[in-house]
Amino acid sequence: MDTLKQFLASDFFYSFRRTPVAVVSFCIAVILILSAVLAPVIAPYNPFDPATLNLMNGFSKPMEPNAFTGETFLLGTDDQGRDVFSTILYGMRVSLFVGFAAVLLALVLGVTLGLTAAMAGGRTDAIIMRIADIQLSFPAILIAMLIFGIAKGITPPDMRNQMAIWVLILSIGLSDWVQFARVVRGAAMVERQKEYVEAAQLIGRGPFTVAFKHILPNVVASVLVIATISLALAIIAEATLSFLGVGAPPTQPSLGTLIRIGQGFLFSGEWWILFFPATTLLLLALSVNLLGDWLRNTLNPNMD
Amino acid sequence: MFRFVGDPIENMLGQERTDADVERLRDQLGLDDPFLLQYWNFLADAVQGNLGISFRQGRPVVEVLIERLPATLELAFISALFAILFGVLLGVYTAIRSKGWLTNLILTVSLVGVSLPTFLIGILLIYLFAVELGWLPSFGRGDTVQIGWWTTGLLTISGLKAIILPAITLGLYQMTLIMRLVRSEMSEVLNSDYIRFARARGLSERTINFKHALKNTLVPVITITGLQLGSIIAFAIVTETVFQWPGVGLLFIDSVQFVDIPVMAAYLMFISVMFVAINLIVDILYVIVDPRLRIEGAN
Amino acid sequence: MAMLDIKDLTIEYPDRHGVFQATKNVNLTVNRGEILGIVGESGAGKSTIGNAVMGLLQSPGRIGQGEVYLDETRLDTLPFEDMRKLRGKKIAMIFQDPMTSLNPLETVESQLVETIELHLKLGSAGARARAVSLLDQVGIPDPEQRISQYPHEFSGGMRQRVVIALALAAEPDVIIADEPTTALDVSIQAQILDLIRDLCREKNVGMILVTHDMGVISQTADRVAVMYRGKLVEIGDTKQITQNPQHEYTKALISAVPPSNMRIDRFQHVGFGKEGGGLKEFDLNNHWLGQGRSDEKGDAAILQIKDLNKVFKSTSGFLGSKGVETHAVRDVSFEVSTGQTFGIVGESGSGKSTIARLITGIHKPTSGQVVFEGLDLLARPKSRQDLLTKRQIQMIFQDPYSSLNPRMRVENIVAEPIIVNNLAGSRAEAISIARDLLQLVELDDTAGRRFPHAFSGGQRQRISIARALASRPRFLICDEPTSALDVSIQAQILNLLKDLQARLNLTLLFISHDLPVMRQMCDQIAVMRYGEIVETGDAEGIFVAPQHSYTQDLISLMPKFERLG
Repeated sequence: MDTLKQFLASDFFYSFRRTPVAVVSFCIAVILILSAVLAPVIAPYNPFDPATLNLMNGFSKPMEPNAFTGETFLLGTDDQGRDVFSTILYGMRVSLFVGFAAVLLALVLGVTLGLTAAMAGGRTDAIIMRIADIQLSFPAILIAMLIFGIAKGITPPDMRNQMAIWVLILSIGLSDWVQFARVVRGAAMVERQKEYVEAAQLIGRGPFTVAFKHILPNVVASVLVIATISLALAIIAEATLSFLGVGAPPTQPSLGTLIRIGQGFLFSGEWWILFFPATTLLLLALSVNLLGDWLRNTLNPNMD
Repeated sequence: MFRFVGDPIENMLGQERTDADVERLRDQLGLDDPFLLQYWNFLADAVQGNLGISFRQGRPVVEVLIERLPATLELAFISALFAILFGVLLGVYTAIRSKGWLTNLILTVSLVGVSLPTFLIGILLIYLFAVELGWLPSFGRGDTVQIGWWTTGLLTISGLKAIILPAITLGLYQMTLIMRLVRSEMSEVLNSDYIRFARARGLSERTINFKHALKNTLVPVITITGLQLGSIIAFAIVTETVFQWPGVGLLFIDSVQFVDIPVMAAYLMFISVMFVAINLIVDILYVIVDPRLRIEGAN
Repeated sequence: MAMLDIKDLTIEYPDRHGVFQATKNVNLTVNRGEILGIVGESGAGKSTIGNAVMGLLQSPGRIGQGEVYLDETRLDTLPFEDMRKLRGKKIAMIFQDPMTSLNPLETVESQLVETIELHLKLGSAGARARAVSLLDQVGIPDPEQRISQYPHEFSGGMRQRVVIALALAAEPDVIIADEPTTALDVSIQAQILDLIRDLCREKNVGMILVTHDMGVISQTADRVAVMYRGKLVEIGDTKQITQNPQHEYTKALISAVPPSNMRIDRFQHVGFGKEGGGLKEFDLNNHWLGQGRSDEKGDAAILQIKDLNKVFKSTSGFLGSKGVETHAVRDVSFEVSTGQTFGIVGESGSGKSTIARLITGIHKPTSGQVVFEGLDLLARPKSRQDLLTKRQIQMIFQDPYSSLNPRMRVENIVAEPIIVNNLAGSRAEAISIARDLLQLVELDDTAGRRFPHAFSGGQRQRISIARALASRPRFLICDEPTSALDVSIQAQILNLLKDLQARLNLTLLFISHDLPVMRQMCDQIAVMRYGEIVETGDAEGIFVAPQHSYTQDLISLMPKFERLG
């Protein structure tokens, strides 16, 4: 209770309340995430249950009764008669799962390596950061594709669809750790110069405790900002990979896969099959980005 | 890696193959040599400009790469130009007018830009300018002119028209990044002591902004921008797919799907070479702009 | 009528809690050729006055009330462009930090010529000639050559001379100098103050000298305005203010300034700005803090340092190859006797802080010996007892804003050494001891539950002391413990250190650049320069009869604030 009260009175919460953009994007993000989590409850159809599909329902326009069956779909249907609204909910689930898991992987990896580099210094630092520099000069998407390519080669063909999601997480996570490592290292280097770290060493704290108990809590702000921005980037990266056909399989479509499918129908007039997944993706990425932007301005941590 | 990624022979020969064919090709490609020997041969050949033979096309990789290179380089060059020009302009504007409504609009729109995946921007532009308005082509390079081994699309009207949409698609993301970087660096510089001192000496805002602040802003911006632009070439993969642009990016994505290892390897080497070259240019630019480095270099 | 006339000036900063008044109804005047000192502690609002006169208040600051006149011109209502034309031409400004005041990418010539051409119609050849002559006037040798150099090719003191030349570029009527010597070493500070004073006389310029340093004021200003929390509490001739202050605050301030000419036992505390409430009475024999403590005093050396050397190797380049070497500490030897205060004085870069870190083990010496209570500190500790002996050396740091972990509650910060070293039976006991220690350093009961950001600099320094005590130290290293504090807070912290030393029989190693403070605190003093000790001796002896020429220079150049009797 006390902590809650303190939080509500803090400058952080004050700034949040006074920034409509932050409040609105926070609400949108929460609604989107919740509806993805609750997709099985909210979605009117299960788009992956062939029993409920009726090919006659294909290409229904949004909010208009289908010419053959008379059924009405909120956001229309695709060529196979799947309800677009339901596929979006399930697609968002995949996108968000991949996004969060990839960011988590990148965060754990990046924070550990960044902190190690900052604390160890010398050669360890030089090697870690050199690897980071080299990787940074290759765009995430390229690295993700490479990992994807290798993974595709080593997994047996019948496992590929099952493994695809995990390969996605791995490839995006491994391509994204550099941001965390660089920022954490930078912030930790600043903290390390501070006298409280010296004081901790002086009373007998070992390097591990100093790093994780004293320094880490003080670089959390930077990590939070990077994590938020990375989430948006990961969602976009996943969509891009899926769009290129090297991501989520059609049996488990993400928003990117849906856009890839929808693209084919854009020029023939069935705009909604592309439009709604694309808008959802934009809303999701934009709200997370706006939140990240606000966090960056408010917490104002030391970043490159 | 060569071991694991499936058997390229199957991809190359398809259904109608004989065992003799398989053996001959295997031998030709050296696929039966030990792994380390394969790698050594690859390196030795690479130094001599021989990057092997494409599994899929059955032609030397260098030949395939050089054929595709001009398209990608021209696209990257035009979009880099676009990204730097508008990125710096907008960044400076938003830093100087840090409070105006236009600044807020630019910043918000730029976030929308960052939140839109490149391929969606491409699709949107195609839909608008190619399908609805019919002003610009939706795919390909248009007419090209051959100059030596270089094919250019920049000398024909249709070539120029064809490059507009892909260049904007590719450059937009970089532009936003450059803009945000310039803005944050310049805001920091504008708050520095020497700018306050310049103001206290009565210098005009124009002199302060464009003589003192801008130059100091560029020092850190050059490095990051340089590296950003390096990644434009690799980013071109997505744009080239959306616009069916016949560059090395499209080549790479094909090679990933067909597990065409020599092409993948060659593409990566090409990216690395570009990375080193761009790093070198950035270092040189740095020394030109910052006198502090000139002195250190002299010592 | 005075040349610069500030009437009833109120400067406001609106924020989420309302409107904060940085200054309240301040009246000041400056005449030609006169130096008006504005003195005050942090938060007094002294710097905003200068910015308001220049029309350069940082957003969201604004002038809420009042008028500013330069001769007949009213400045505060002038349109931005008109005011800009007066800046540099009629009123100029000198900033605190010469390292950041100059544009690093432009030559000194370019910055000078640009300013001169803007305000005086001299043509480019004339402007350059004037630039060279200005550099000559501010005492830069070989100005013809040096004018084409970049700022980074000048030392700190030389850069401040360039800044002064820039301020003088268009022969202004008034110069506002905001802490112009605070970032400089003592010896440079004296030179710059001399230069400023001479130039004001010579060119008949009026000056506002904003500073927190009474020594600087008493040596430079003609008149002094004393500010406290935005209010002007007293204004008068320098001599009257320093010798015979009227206002209670001024009296408190003056009594807190360490006199340069004598050693006083304690700083008298006067009612203003007192943070603590007197040392809490503890029966040390029964308290945790008193356990295992000895009252021995005398000549036995508790710390011996022999031939200590430290060479720093800067790593740079690909994969961390070796770069430049710096010899930070060179053949340093000294001994500290139990219960005494040993001082190390020196300017920035003299290696005095490095010695502290060699003793605590943060840095490893290149060669030499450090022996504490007969234990070789450089050897690997053999037993738990060795480790505990090592922990009896603790440190108080310079920057109270970075020496406490902002994410930990104060009682946890203080209890941490007890818990880590198993000095108490349980965690609860450790916390309860921590609360006692906080009371010992005169903080109130609720302090422990709060986070460091809720405390002022002086209070944080007290927390830092409490944390050091939690290791039950016998040897306390104080590295510039008060250089970041206001003078009245400094007096309180110095008093506290003296009291604790007496009660706990602590030995202190006191490191500072501030000679008057050293004189108040130390029994023995070592003077350092370029990593070497040039002179060691009895503290009063060093001040009365310095032997080495460098010590003599330091003593003669230190800011003098003398007290009679």
